[in-house]
Amino acid sequence: MTGNFENEMNLEFISKSSNEAFARIAVAAFASQLDPTIEELADIKTAVSEAVTNCIIHGYENEAGIVKIHTRLYKNEIIIEIADNGKGIENIEMAKEPLYTTKPNLERSGMGFTIMESFMDKIEIESIVGVGTKITMYKKIKAEEKAKQIANMP
Amino acid sequence: MEAKFYEKDKLLIFKITEEIDDHSVQKIRREADYEIERFMPKRVVFDFDSVTFMDSAGIGLLVGRYKFANLLGAKLEVANLTQSVSKIFEMSGILRLIPVTNIA
Repeated sequence: MTGNFENEMNLEFISKSSNEAFARIAVAAFASQLDPTIEELADIKTAVSEAVTNCIIHGYENEAGIVKIHTRLYKNEIIIEIADNGKGIENIEMAKEPLYTTKPNLERSGMGFTIMESFMDKIEIESIVGVGTKITMYKKIKAEEKAKQIANMP
Repeated sequence: MEAKFYEKDKLLIFKITEEIDDHSVQKIRREADYEIERFMPKRVVFDFDSVTFMDSAGIGLLVGRYKFANLLGAKLEVANLTQSVSKIFEMSGILRLIPVTNIA
């Protein structure tokens, strides 16, 4: 088992909330090629769920649109891009603030970006108002390192 | 989600059996509010024992039910938090508002 291969996957689906589970499960299934731990896989699922929900609720405001996911596996790292052609984010810094939400009436917690940032190693947000938003998330899979550490224990 | 009401203790327990995301909370929210209004409990407990996935929609769900239960004079608690559920609750600080309780 090496995990040192490259692989790539594209996914496109309509912005329906019923696709949130499909999206996170599909990305997690693809990511499992890197032999992540259960916790790493759970982190990836949660981050994908947050980003896809943002596309549907904020990008498209529950109107019809297409959500695109581009996932690359590179050595021991997974890079996930999640994009929409929705309304865009006016103030990215504010959107990233914990507990900030533009939709409190929908009982949104404002924790989406905070969760993405803490569950992944790094996230990048590109957004143009009226054009769309792309989130790129990076996570190193350390399962192999851990296995080695355990193997080397006295 | 399964709802169980214990008349003697005025205790309403919701056992969530589905993955919690923006899609599923819409139904959970409707059902929970309906049962809270119907039984007018003193305590409402959300049981997370069977929850295999939860994202930030779960925080919004609990904050909303906390407010609704308060409005009707009930106290909201959570139980049987799994590791992934705990991680998200701790990050949000919601457990300062909603206590963790023990139920079988």
